[in-house]
Amino acid sequence: MEQGKYTCKGEITAIVSNMVIVKAFGPLSQNEICYFVHDGKHIMGEVIRISGDKAYTQVFESTRGFKAGMEVLFTGQMLEVYLGPGMLTKNFDGLQNDLNKMSGIFLERGARTYPLDTDKEWAFEPLVVPGAEVTAGTWLGEVDEFGTPHKIMVPFRLKGTYKVLSIVSKGNYIISDTIAVLAAPNGTEVKVTMVQTWPVKIPITCYKEKIRPSILFETGIRVIDTMNPILEGGTGFIPGPFGSGKTVLQHALGKQAAAEVVIVAACGERANEVVELFTEFPELDDPRTGKKLIERTVIVANTSNMPVASREASVYTAMTIAEYFRAMGLRTLLLADSTSRWAQALREMSNRLEELPGPDAYPMDLSAIISNYYARSGYTLLDNNEKGSVTFIGTVSPAGGNLLEPVTESTKKVARCFFALSQDRADSKRYPAIDPLDSYSKYLEYPEFDAFAKKNIAENWLEEVEYMKNAMVRGREVYEQINILGDDGVPVDYHVIFWKSELIDFVILQQDAFDPIDSNTSIPRQKYMVEKVNQILRAQFSFDDFEEARLFFKRGIYILKQMNYSEFESEQFREFERELAEIINEKVMA
Amino acid sequence: METKSFQKIYCKLTNITKATCDLMAAGVSYEEMAYVQGRAAQVVKINGDLVTLQVFAGTEGLSTDSEVVFTGSSPTLEIGDHMAGRFFNAYGKPIDGLPIREAKPVEVGGPSVNPVRRIQPNQLINTGIAGIDLNNTLVSGQKIPFFADPDQPYNEVLALIALRAKVDKIILGGMGLTWDDYLFFKHSFEQGYGHSKIIGFINTTDDSPVERLLIPDMVLSTAEYFAYEKNEKVLVLLTDMTLYANALSIVSNRMDQIPSKDSMPGSLYSDLARIYEKAVQFPDGGNITILAVTTLSGGDITHAIPDNTGYITEGQLFLRKATEIGKVIIDPFRSLSRLKQLVIGKSTRADHPQVMNAAIRIYADAANSKTKMENGFELTDYDERVLKFADDYSREILAIDVNLEIDQMLDKTWDLFMTYLTKDEVAIKKEFTDLYWTN
Repeated sequence: MEQGKYTCKGEITAIVSNMVIVKAFGPLSQNEICYFVHDGKHIMGEVIRISGDKAYTQVFESTRGFKAGMEVLFTGQMLEVYLGPGMLTKNFDGLQNDLNKMSGIFLERGARTYPLDTDKEWAFEPLVVPGAEVTAGTWLGEVDEFGTPHKIMVPFRLKGTYKVLSIVSKGNYIISDTIAVLAAPNGTEVKVTMVQTWPVKIPITCYKEKIRPSILFETGIRVIDTMNPILEGGTGFIPGPFGSGKTVLQHALGKQAAAEVVIVAACGERANEVVELFTEFPELDDPRTGKKLIERTVIVANTSNMPVASREASVYTAMTIAEYFRAMGLRTLLLADSTSRWAQALREMSNRLEELPGPDAYPMDLSAIISNYYARSGYTLLDNNEKGSVTFIGTVSPAGGNLLEPVTESTKKVARCFFALSQDRADSKRYPAIDPLDSYSKYLEYPEFDAFAKKNIAENWLEEVEYMKNAMVRGREVYEQINILGDDGVPVDYHVIFWKSELIDFVILQQDAFDPIDSNTSIPRQKYMVEKVNQILRAQFSFDDFEEARLFFKRGIYILKQMNYSEFESEQFREFERELAEIINEKVMA
Repeated sequence: METKSFQKIYCKLTNITKATCDLMAAGVSYEEMAYVQGRAAQVVKINGDLVTLQVFAGTEGLSTDSEVVFTGSSPTLEIGDHMAGRFFNAYGKPIDGLPIREAKPVEVGGPSVNPVRRIQPNQLINTGIAGIDLNNTLVSGQKIPFFADPDQPYNEVLALIALRAKVDKIILGGMGLTWDDYLFFKHSFEQGYGHSKIIGFINTTDDSPVERLLIPDMVLSTAEYFAYEKNEKVLVLLTDMTLYANALSIVSNRMDQIPSKDSMPGSLYSDLARIYEKAVQFPDGGNITILAVTTLSGGDITHAIPDNTGYITEGQLFLRKATEIGKVIIDPFRSLSRLKQLVIGKSTRADHPQVMNAAIRIYADAANSKTKMENGFELTDYDERVLKFADDYSREILAIDVNLEIDQMLDKTWDLFMTYLTKDEVAIKKEFTDLYWTN
């Protein structure tokens, strides 16, 4: 938003914390941005309710020192972000200020920085010729941003069909250069630069249609890819009590997932965790492209000590940036840690507006807000028949670890994958602590995914996974019986069933996030391990007593774990494979 | 009360509740400090000319014609080197009654550190306590609470850590401290350090509970002064954060806000995060580390206060009485320092992570053996040996009154391994047993 263009003025009449009521001297619009003029600084706020000539606003920064009668400038525009080349590697706050450009150690109130680089030159290549007919979102040209083909598109806000009057030739340009001139149906000319703005609370819908996800979104994490897969354009969420490894899992996803662009929204969480991203991502390599991780990443950091209202904005800012990259036909991953903090920000504001509360004092429409937000992700067919996706994975921090609280329940209704982190698993150091029985992926039921898996993984993939899951359930059942009746009170077969489930747990489910090899398992390797494990699950063994069964499976688990730690199909890997075959052959019944 | 000439005095309160009062006043700014009949108060709501003041010391005895003056500024603190060795009340006034010298007024509750300017914490803080240094290593810039039941000696442990920690300044924020505990802190610090390192901001149970709300801001603004402007290593002690949170709930109740879980205000998470997130490693070497106490009721960590705290802090420490030796230890199972990975095996000896894990694993085995023994089952030779190991491990290493360097802790643990166990049972990487398994 450019300063100096205001639709009307107003003055403060009431202040409670960061909720400020303003009497306006002109027309108001819902969700428009306004500026509070305080000590010569412009402090940003958003209109969240209108009543007569009174605007109820949430202020994005501290209201300390505000007075009744203070001047307020209304912009008539909603909160917008700048979209253009230069966002990758950037660290933004919730309102898309470039945190690195801010001076000083402390975040000064009213300080704002432009999110993009104004004088950096980009090597532009045109993709259309004069005379072409274009609509919002059409790719006019392309610049290379750290190896990612960043498309320069017809501004999303243009409606109808335009004609390209002129387009610049291949060369270096800065973002504010006019790269094309378009003619509207009525003949007016529109100059297009490499940067456009878009209101964060409105979804970007420049695509032909949303299609049902079908392609596996690889994360390299076995308990996700094999057991509870998430698909390109899919949604998932990770609820878990503190200390159960939510953030480690999110960071692993941010590092390993097969995405071309990753947006990390650190929403109301610990600052030191974001510092870890700032410190590590510039050093680590993207396992697929070899470029640095930071070069495919945008971080939106609004940590828990930063203002609450901009925490609410931050998730929308992150989603809008993700949708922008999707419109370029890119595979985009959006991670939000944690959506509960966002919901709490909504609660604080609803409370100050004196709305009637819903469960746990959250706003009544919490469910609707969450489902609208999740609905913005998805797999899209663009107008030029290319495909782009936003895969969304959010964490939820349930109060007291109780999954029956409003945020978890509302999210469960909309997210298709549920990765439940269990305190028991975390306590017994079985990481990642994703509970194999409580968690689910609805995508396993999608015929589209079945077709994909048949073609790309294995003919009987879903049956194999189902078989393994059942073995897990059986193991859990007999474990309870063993506990009640004692080791000697049950047949040896029961011990075998139990140990088979332990084998799945140790070999497939558990994964060492800090080991360079084990942390990231390719799909062919996951397929191999599933086959190997299922082969053992299906085999009939003869043991004299439960102790012999225990020793056999412990040995088997040890060897399979060593395989997980070895380079796939390396000599060492083959060595363990042979050793495994030997011990199986000794005990297996023909 | 300090009034300036030509200052406007209001003397008509229109509404008085237990913690707040209303009056008509113009030109008042939000969060400005005021005095109502000499009692400190703060603007918490403005509605046109109607101003609501929160009176920290309570409104008992206020009359509708009480004199009200506004100071024109947000809460400020006279910060400077004079503070070293002194104790202050919740308003930042010295308890010793002596004057403040060469100080500059600083607005408390200032802005947050830009996350991109933070440095990843990387310096270990030695306390000499194995439950911390060995098993849950403390890193400067970390924030970590003790989750303790009211009957546990958390204040004593806090004082002990403060006396042993190698830092430049220790700033104590006492909220709802009993007078006895205040004197305990004062005496032990004076004996340990004299008047150089300690600064205290104290709200005792004699004072109004609402005054407590000022303590963390006072403490942390002081901490920022020494850590940021003087590049010092500052250790902040906050006890008891549960009483702070209770004060928050009192105020939100008086302001007619809708409570969320456990009658706590809906903003509890943000309120606590604002305090704990002041823990930071600055690029120029100064840092703020926060050690807090959150008292539990009946050990319930799902209550809103410990629960929200756990989501904010970088780990938590539990105290436990080790019955085999009758001494307090830091519970090796439930305690966790999330930042220890940044220093152990890097700034400490390379065998540290492995020795720590092996010892805790064997200690866990001992707990199982003990259950076995108590249930009357026959003990194996291994059971007997791990029980002896656990005994010695608690007494010679974990007990809170033992004071060792980390290398000594590691050496002693190796000694115990060698005394009671075999290499296979300890299962530590060969490269380390080659070095340290000496018999």
